Amino acid sequence: MSAVLQNLVNQPYKHGFVTKIESDVAPRGLSEDTIRLISAKKNEPAWLLEFRLKAYQQWLKMEEPKWPNVKYPQIDFQAISYYSAPKPKQKLSSMDEVDPELLRTFEKLGVPMHERAALAGVAVDVIFDSVSVATTYKQKLAEVGITFCSISEAVQMHPDLVKQYLGTVVPVGDNYYAALNSAVFTDGTFCFLPKGVKCPMDLSTYFRINTEESGQFERTLIIAEEGATVSYLEGCTAPKFDTNQLHAAVVELVALDNADIKYSTVQNWYAGDENGLGGIYNFVTKRGLAKGVNSRISWTQVETGSAITWKYPSCVLQGDNSVGEFYSVAVTNHYQQADTGTKMVHIGKNTRSTIVSKGISAGHSNNSYRGLVKIAPTAAGARNYSQCDSMLIGDQCAANTFPYIQVRNHSAKVEHEASTSKIGEDQLFYFAQRGIGNEEAVSMIINGFCKDVFQQLPMEFAVEATKLLGFKLEGSVG
Amino acid sequence: MIYQDSKTLLDVQGLRATVNGIEILKGIDLTIRSGEVHAIMGTNGSGKSTFAKVLAGHNAYQVTGGSVTFEGNNLFDLEPEERARAGVFLAFQYPIEIPGVANSHFLRLAYNTVQAQRGREELDPLEFEDFVREKMKLLEMNPDFLDRGVNEGFSGGEKKRNEILQMALLEPRLAILDETDSGLDIDALRIVTSGVNHLASKDNAIVLVTHYQRLLNYIVPDYVHVMESGRIIKTGGKELALDLEMRGYDWVGAERRAAAGA
Repeated sequence: MSAVLQNLVNQPYKHGFVTKIESDVAPRGLSEDTIRLISAKKNEPAWLLEFRLKAYQQWLKMEEPKWPNVKYPQIDFQAISYYSAPKPKQKLSSMDEVDPELLRTFEKLGVPMHERAALAGVAVDVIFDSVSVATTYKQKLAEVGITFCSISEAVQMHPDLVKQYLGTVVPVGDNYYAALNSAVFTDGTFCFLPKGVKCPMDLSTYFRINTEESGQFERTLIIAEEGATVSYLEGCTAPKFDTNQLHAAVVELVALDNADIKYSTVQNWYAGDENGLGGIYNFVTKRGLAKGVNSRISWTQVETGSAITWKYPSCVLQGDNSVGEFYSVAVTNHYQQADTGTKMVHIGKNTRSTIVSKGISAGHSNNSYRGLVKIAPTAAGARNYSQCDSMLIGDQCAANTFPYIQVRNHSAKVEHEASTSKIGEDQLFYFAQRGIGNEEAVSMIINGFCKDVFQQLPMEFAVEATKLLGFKLEGSVG
Repeated sequence: MIYQDSKTLLDVQGLRATVNGIEILKGIDLTIRSGEVHAIMGTNGSGKSTFAKVLAGHNAYQVTGGSVTFEGNNLFDLEPEERARAGVFLAFQYPIEIPGVANSHFLRLAYNTVQAQRGREELDPLEFEDFVREKMKLLEMNPDFLDRGVNEGFSGGEKKRNEILQMALLEPRLAILDETDSGLDIDALRIVTSGVNHLASKDNAIVLVTHYQRLLNYIVPDYVHVMESGRIIKTGGKELALDLEMRGYDWVGAERRAAAGA
């Protein structure tokens, strides 16, 4: 790999700073007592404590998954602090009361809340470590009957809804990290769209892990009742630390008859330095249940950060004619590892799913696509189309594709296409010969490669993602 | 065409270059003035394409000796993209495919980059669309090619037309056409070469790298150079190409060796 390409990819992480705010941090370690402490701090009803304890008991009996194509040292779960909240001076009633330091942090991240909310027409539910500090547009959304708040607040204000849906898509014992999350989750987002409501704007949450070594365990629950539609954007950045931080989130989506949920993520957590030191372990369970007829769940993700990514946003297509989509760009550089993909589980008749996955590996990184397409005997007429493309930059990286296809209904139609390409010296030379420098050339090639996915992103996110890939891969080709 | 008092565009003296430590160019001398058309001919492996790529700055080749000036400046002081912006253009023997990057986007970026360098006006996508469509008529290209990926799935002839389209857009001072005739049928050859002839002027120069005399029926050279083993061993007028067509290349080398022995 030439020096030019190397420099392009090796641009330092731009969001590596720590906000100095007094944090209310729980003692390290995990036990029933920790869970009771979290639940008590959050003033939770008894059923939720039971939910947590049940999950914890399951987790104790489970083993860390070894099948992903990633390597990392054993995680010491007793060394992690499971609760960290910025100490509120008092209850906040308006944005003016938000800690200015906190606001400056968001500005550094390029998320000036006032402006972003007002200019872009985006409601931002900001999660800072584990507690929501500000929610905008809540009033406006409430007018059309939409509930958009932190999950802690939802537990207090709408306990019946949370109780009805929490853990129904991702059961507490679903997998090791989902069980852990169910036991110790501290906050996250809750969104409820009643029957027939079309959300008038894109909903957005910016997550940010702030306290060193505080695992962040978010829990997100989005419910769209009959005929409701919503587009949800999730953007993530984290400051820079030398020790690995665990992030084990759970996201559950439920779409009833004719409902439509679109969930977009741009993830740019700290990926570790160029020697593989530090970075986030991103072990996330995301799943949507297309429960009703003609419902649709669409995942779009741009994964550029984290030292290790282990993530399979999935769709369970239960309702007849329901649709599942997964559009993904995963970029790895230096010593990053990603094992990501999706699961499309077809249960209802004439269910359809589309998978478009674009993996880009640079440096010494390892990028795997892992996907399952499962057609149940009941899924007559089901269709799936999968396309998995890999692009290699340099000759020290790896790309893998692990497609699993299980078809138990003979009327189903499943297609899978895969390709691997490489940004070569010759491509760059061709651009250069037309006056276009390496940096711009790489950006153009990558954006061309990812076009099918970027087209799925909401406009402002697409612009952000394009820029992100640009500086992520600066210096990696040449 | 040879003009009186035309300026020297490219001056190559004793150029040597290696690839993977193997010397391919072993001392090339060549002077090109504006307005001229030069043909470089020779057998496979004689170093013709290497010479073209070294001038354009391909980093697989190391220059180990000699000098090249372009409009009086040391060419090797410039990065490949700077050479392109200064007016050195290479039409590729095998144009590269860039999947997913729209041809129109690529062409516009290249055009605007070079325009900016020359202190001229850049075009927005709509203006460029009109501009490029005019240029495409010259090469009888279907406007659909603007929306496709750069060279993606183009036939051999379509790729070559796309190369000459780029030449038309970038208006280089020195255009090096590396086997632009290979893989073209008669119709495509006629279209591509008439495009090149249309672009030739007293302010630029064209270097044709080719195996075959056939191309030179369409683009008539002022000088024909024969390369062998990394050197130019004979230079003549357009009639030399006809000689080569009839007699092959062997006699040129034999004649030179005989002269050297005498």
